[in-house]
Amino acid sequence: MSWHVSVYVTLKPSVMDPQGATVQRALNQMGYKAVQSVRMGKFTELEFEGGLSEADVKKQANEICDKLLANPNIEAYRFTMEKK
Amino acid sequence: MRFSIPVFPGSNCDHDCEYVVREVMGQPVEMVWHKDTDLKNPDCVVVPGGFSYGDYLRTGAIARFSPIMKSVADFAAKGGLVIGICNGFQILCEAGLLPGALIRNKGLQFLCQSVYIKVEETDTPFTNTCQKGQVLKIPIAHGEGNYFIDPAGFQKLKDNHQIVVRYCDVKGNATAESNPNGSLDNIAGICNEKRNVFGLMPHPDRSGEDMLGSHDGKFIWKSILASTVVTK
Repeated sequence: MSWHVSVYVTLKPSVMDPQGATVQRALNQMGYKAVQSVRMGKFTELEFEGGLSEADVKKQANEICDKLLANPNIEAYRFTMEKK
Repeated sequence: MRFSIPVFPGSNCDHDCEYVVREVMGQPVEMVWHKDTDLKNPDCVVVPGGFSYGDYLRTGAIARFSPIMKSVADFAAKGGLVIGICNGFQILCEAGLLPGALIRNKGLQFLCQSVYIKVEETDTPFTNTCQKGQVLKIPIAHGEGNYFIDPAGFQKLKDNHQIVVRYCDVKGNATAESNPNGSLDNIAGICNEKRNVFGLMPHPDRSGEDMLGSHDGKFIWKSILASTVVTK
């Protein structure tokens, strides 16, 4: 048994996202005029082995995001957990 | 004055820093591998530029967990002088030794060019031989040099006079046109509250001699040598 954790890291709304802005302009030029905003983020998949409890996995995933996967100065994160 | 330069996998300005400190400024230098914990008893630590850990995840994000960074943090906490250049600045921000973060350049392009920066604060160990408002010509080479900090943090930087250098034109005007990467308030370099840790995106390590196009980087190195803060 293992836990599959999907982590989404996104730039905070107040942080400029030049990459997203460029993708948005490209989409608009491609004809997708309705796309008003694009924000780029990061997606990470973590596999936890060893029969940890749900609470332990959640605690560790939070720590991992706080310490490494997201920079609290500029980014927010959320994750989903799935037992496999 | 003794200098130590931590070397990470992917550092590529470590030798530029070594060269300017040893050959141009005539000071002893120790190169310290990132897996070591002994800084070799320096008076000043230079965290060099480059692409530590391939810039994976975020620039500087992985390097900050290298064993040597714990020693750098301890050294800084005791008042030791730490200067981070380019990727070194990014590492110091990730490590929490400096506030804020460096994000993708506004124009998305990697920029490799000479810029002008204005010295806003001279009461730091890194700028004490400069005049207030002095314009320095120093090169940049980065893809993620766009300085960002939240409004509360920005206010604190201003209140504590931590904005040390700002991008400007040749006359010293910090205009939108002279801001190469979209940095908040044209910020090119900041120090911590105690003023013993300094990070900047421009490269004083690559501007120590006229042969390189400018010797203005020497003002930073001369200031460090002239500073009265000696840890030992």
